[in-house]
Amino acid sequence: MAHYILKRLLSLVITLLVATIIIFLIIEVVPGDPAAYMMGLSGSSEAADALRIELGLDKGALERYFSWVGGMLSGDFGISYTYRVPVSQLIGERTLVSVPLTVYALILSTLIAVPVGVISASRRGSIVDTSLMGMAQVGVAIPNFWFAILMVLVFSTSLGWFSAVGFPGWDAGFWPCIKALTIPAVSLALPQAAILARVMRSSVLEVMQEDYIRTARAKGLSRRQALIRHGLRNAMIPVLTILGLQFSFLLAGGIIIESIFSLPGLGRLVFQSIAQRDLIVVKSIVTLLVLAVVLITFLVDLIYVLVDPRLREEGRG
Amino acid sequence: MKHLPLSFIVGGILTLTFTLVAILSFIWTPYDVEAINIAGKFAMPGLDHLMGTDHFGRDIFSMVMVGTRNAIAVSLVAVGIGMILGVPLGLWAAGSRMNGGSLIDEILMRGNDLVFAFPSLLMAIMITAVFGPGAINAIIAIGIFNIPVFARMTRGGALSIWTRDYIMAARVAGKGNMRISYEHILPNILNILIVQATIQFSIAIIAEASLSYVGLGTQPPNPSLGRMLNEAQTMIFFAPWLAYFPGGVIVAMVLGLNLMGDGLRDMLDPKLKKRKASDVTA
Amino acid sequence: MKITGLLLLFYLTSKTTALAVILNVGLQLEPPNLDPTSGAAAAIDEVVYGNIFEGLVRINKDGDVLPGLALFWEISTDGRSYVFHLAEGVKFHDGSNFDAEDVKFSFNRARAENSTNAKKYIFAPIVLIDILDPLTIMITLDHARPDFLFNIGLGDAVIVAPESASDNAFNPVGTGPFRFKKWVRGDRVELVKNDDYWGLEPRLEGAVFKFIPDPLSAYTAMMAGDIDTFPNYPAPENLFLFDRDARFDVVVGLTAGETILAINNKKTPFDNILVRKAIAHAINRKEIINGAMFGNAEPIGTHFAPSHPDYVDLTGLYPFDLGKARALMKEAGYENGFEATLKLPPPTYARRTGELISVELGRIGIKLKIENMEWAQWIDQVLRNRNFDLTVVSHVEPMDINIYANPNYYFGYDNADFQEIIAKIDESTDAAETSRLYKEAERKIAEDAVNGYLYQLGKFGVWKKEVKGMWTNYPIRSNDLRDVYIEGAN
Repeated sequence: MAHYILKRLLSLVITLLVATIIIFLIIEVVPGDPAAYMMGLSGSSEAADALRIELGLDKGALERYFSWVGGMLSGDFGISYTYRVPVSQLIGERTLVSVPLTVYALILSTLIAVPVGVISASRRGSIVDTSLMGMAQVGVAIPNFWFAILMVLVFSTSLGWFSAVGFPGWDAGFWPCIKALTIPAVSLALPQAAILARVMRSSVLEVMQEDYIRTARAKGLSRRQALIRHGLRNAMIPVLTILGLQFSFLLAGGIIIESIFSLPGLGRLVFQSIAQRDLIVVKSIVTLLVLAVVLITFLVDLIYVLVDPRLREEGRG
Repeated sequence: MKHLPLSFIVGGILTLTFTLVAILSFIWTPYDVEAINIAGKFAMPGLDHLMGTDHFGRDIFSMVMVGTRNAIAVSLVAVGIGMILGVPLGLWAAGSRMNGGSLIDEILMRGNDLVFAFPSLLMAIMITAVFGPGAINAIIAIGIFNIPVFARMTRGGALSIWTRDYIMAARVAGKGNMRISYEHILPNILNILIVQATIQFSIAIIAEASLSYVGLGTQPPNPSLGRMLNEAQTMIFFAPWLAYFPGGVIVAMVLGLNLMGDGLRDMLDPKLKKRKASDVTA
Repeated sequence: MKITGLLLLFYLTSKTTALAVILNVGLQLEPPNLDPTSGAAAAIDEVVYGNIFEGLVRINKDGDVLPGLALFWEISTDGRSYVFHLAEGVKFHDGSNFDAEDVKFSFNRARAENSTNAKKYIFAPIVLIDILDPLTIMITLDHARPDFLFNIGLGDAVIVAPESASDNAFNPVGTGPFRFKKWVRGDRVELVKNDDYWGLEPRLEGAVFKFIPDPLSAYTAMMAGDIDTFPNYPAPENLFLFDRDARFDVVVGLTAGETILAINNKKTPFDNILVRKAIAHAINRKEIINGAMFGNAEPIGTHFAPSHPDYVDLTGLYPFDLGKARALMKEAGYENGFEATLKLPPPTYARRTGELISVELGRIGIKLKIENMEWAQWIDQVLRNRNFDLTVVSHVEPMDINIYANPNYYFGYDNADFQEIIAKIDESTDAAETSRLYKEAERKIAEDAVNGYLYQLGKFGVWKKEVKGMWTNYPIRSNDLRDVYIEGAN
């Protein structure tokens, strides 16, 4: 077991290292000079040169790579070219928007998906099942940005509510923030809920075949009772895996939703940083997102191995 | 296979319809998609313009037809890239593992994990920032992320086939790794690959729409469904049809492909029904 | 110096009653930092100019040069030296005193070798800065520069303090009527009234600049009432919905932005004046203004703001005429047309105009391939490396016709006659002569069809009816809030 964990940890470190090299190389070849961008249409090239030196862009590539990675290891992500504040501060501020948004969306999607999946599975083949799964199919097919536009349209023209834009900041209180995040979270949650509901349904169906459910039913529990008392916990395991995947997917994938609702989240920061060639920010955020995915995958694997020792040898086939 | 599953029929009809519309758009659209007519802008859907006109007075129906074609073309090539590169990689990994080369397998699979670990939409945006926006670069960006999907699926399927008796027989007969992979393994996992390709196709359609929505896919004046939605954003309050039609077409296309994929799965391999977890996110 | 006296009188006599009001201002672009003396982003000036930072002189809503930190000044008869008399008792927001040393520091910093000032050229003519006494400073130029006074009124020439200059990017300290409170990056900048302001007390208690990049959000934020004023609303297509709504005022004004189809004059076939004239005849300004700007823009025929008294209307010089355009193409030897690329920067006006241009030039056989790009790419490829055929861009700098005198500028117009006209303007101290020369310059570039002249970019102001005192036009990019108030608020 310890051997397995060690092996996985080693490959995790290698993955991260290779990832930083790839990220750095891509960033190196991105055309467009951040200093020239900041000087604009009328800027002199002299001023741009001065700025380039100020930003440390005149140094060699290798030197910059090592100072970047070395800095990150000690928690120093560098200074943003455009904002001129520490990158870690920017990321910290944005994480306080993106992570709550993602968690909110996942909670909503779980709240929708679990009951739908259970109902569908327990009435397998009925009209209820067919129509719920049909709706889930449609839900999977809806691009979240289109759904967001429709939400804005419905809420504003039919109901006369205009979604508040932007984010008041947590110091403005809990509820104003939740209010600002609600419509964006719903837009993100719906397609995810549709996926999750399908997983939940098949997972429940599988669990219902297990011996212990049969035993429970033999003892006189109804299907539903047996499921709720014994099956649900087990049926949730694959759902949790999917939730883990969705967390990292949503964290990075919220870009479009964040910009539609003008939320100052990570996705918008990185998108804007790409456009402004604030490359140091882009590098750091992408690295952090990769780290998040790798860690989550690692944890999920770990849980699996703990649950099912047979997998230890096979890794994750 | 007593009768075709309903999902396959519905999905197949939808997919066929959009394919035909896309093909038709090569030879005929009701209007020239680039013809502008400022005086006729924001016409409501009606007999002259089935889906109305946009802010330049262009015919939405014609643009949707060509946009559908572009979406299909981009997705098809992107998934094709994923299969052409991913399937051999998966076969190689499985073959190596079964023949003592687990290091190669390990490296290939960690490489896959690496690609998986990158946030796909973000990387696609970065790739287009490097090479410039356009259909070709959108294809590359989407295609890269399809490689590990197929590689992993192929490897998983191949590993289970490698343990079968007839493979042992083939090995005894002196066939090499490559030959076994292509002659015996590949035909046996083609089913799951076709199902996965259908699902990936639908994911690629959404990815293409997202990229064009942020302005990085097919470039104007060539219409794209995602860009039409972006341009419609500020006009939906007085011309909502600008958002309804392109979005509805994306949904219907993706729905059709997903239903067809589900149906195919039921038909080809009922045991696979369990593995729905594989069509998540990506 | 009449105005100065009046202002001084005003300052001494009137203290208006304060209104406890915070104004929510919507802006599309977030400034990258808050230091207007480093970096060129117009978004910086849109927040800080006139509010946090002030220069020796101030440019007002009509583009006039008014006294700023210098209450009045004398110009020597040869036009070379300026003596500025500074306001007394002015304090920076950190409590330090303002005097001639700060002016000298600011200007020397801007023209220093390692300066990152985007408009370093403003300070290039300065040969000497003499402090005569703590409140009097003399600046001597290499020769007479009629535009010097206007230039030092720009955001790039605001006065900063040596103690705080290096931190202005994120903690701006100026002398203006508002002081910086906080910046929630990606969302908003908050300002509060400066109680120790040396000039007229502002009528607002504070202001919040909210950054709303997405035009859909801009619409919903206005309609929801979250935003009191959007001085430069990004979506002309739905302006009419605000016009219809009794809660709002819609005020369409002008910016200093000449929107042009810039042509690479050094590249074949665009080096051929016949081709450029053909393009000029193929451009249908009415179609472009209606299609791209929803009717909200003024056509231009040369590179000059129509609101300027010296403007000459040259839109009739090469009127929309496809027959003539085709004949010119034939004469140039391109009867069957040719292919070219059109590189477009991100603003919506450029993208929409570009799409229409590609259709319009298609009518005379010029097949354009559109390439949409971000600013960073555009600056790199078009502006610096001149690797382009055509592009659409708005030149938002005020009075910038002199860019045509620089043969190395991106569109590559190299004409000795024109360069001479600009040289004369630079030296001219006679107003009538300057005006005549400007008109000559306008006509020259229009006749040579250097670029396709399309329209003056509009400024679409949307605000709640109660909001008064917002600028109608953008002679410079600024949302100076010193005169803004909310009617009925207390």
